[in-house]
Amino acid sequence: MYGSFYGSFDGGAVNGLRQLESELDQILERWAPSTGIRSPGRGAFPPVNVGFTADRVDVYVFAAGLDPKSIDVTVQQNLLVLSGRRGIASDDTADYYRKERFEGEFRRVITLPDDVDVDKVAAKYRDGVLHVTVQRREAARPRQISVQ
Amino acid sequence: MAEVAKREPTTAAVNAGEAAALAPLVDIFETGDGITVQAEMPGVSKDRLNVQADRNGLLLEGDIVIDMPQGIEAVYADVRATRYRRSFNLSGELDTDRIEATLKDGVLTVHIPKRAEFTPRKIEVRVD
Repeated sequence: MYGSFYGSFDGGAVNGLRQLESELDQILERWAPSTGIRSPGRGAFPPVNVGFTADRVDVYVFAAGLDPKSIDVTVQQNLLVLSGRRGIASDDTADYYRKERFEGEFRRVITLPDDVDVDKVAAKYRDGVLHVTVQRREAARPRQISVQ
Repeated sequence: MAEVAKREPTTAAVNAGEAAALAPLVDIFETGDGITVQAEMPGVSKDRLNVQADRNGLLLEGDIVIDMPQGIEAVYADVRATRYRRSFNLSGELDTDRIEATLKDGVLTVHIPKRAEFTPRKIEVRVD
């Protein structure tokens, strides 16, 4: 008992936490679809969710407190690039206890399916979420084949 | 977000047997007149937000609601919960009756003023 108690002073607790974290990562990894080649690690700003339907791709960017004009959204072939800068007004006279919110330049690249139509991209910002929709080309949609 | 998120339950959700909640990231700072909490809760509208405070604690809660087309299939999700929840213990000098909260673009700002008798006062030193 004392061993484990004193062990916590020589980094035992920290190592234990690290181990727990890496185990958690492994478990999460098992639930998640395989990792994208351009996706950053856990905790990257801004968090992004991507969903497909037959006729479009929906990308949700969880970027609270941004001026929508300061977000640069570009689509190049099958890549959606989101970039910008988030500045947080801070009070110089205040004493900070926590600063968890991301501040600075950000950039995320999302791989879209090959059949997207780069001319049909729309983006709107509401409640701190940027919702980007990219239409897919007609020909790529599943078609019902009638059997004679 | 419901469907996108539900497809990949986190282990926390499975273990707890309830919908997992994300802890919103916060900045917390103190000035002479009180403490301010700024919490990131993107996807939460004013009517889906719950801020509660009493003598002991401050609770921030909100549901993430997002426009999703029918039949969407999640292919990638950093956000795997449909709500936020985080709580903090408060200390006695804070006046929870005069708490102020505003929500703008997914950022919740809560200001909890100090009771008047606890705000720092400049004491003037007289020289006789």
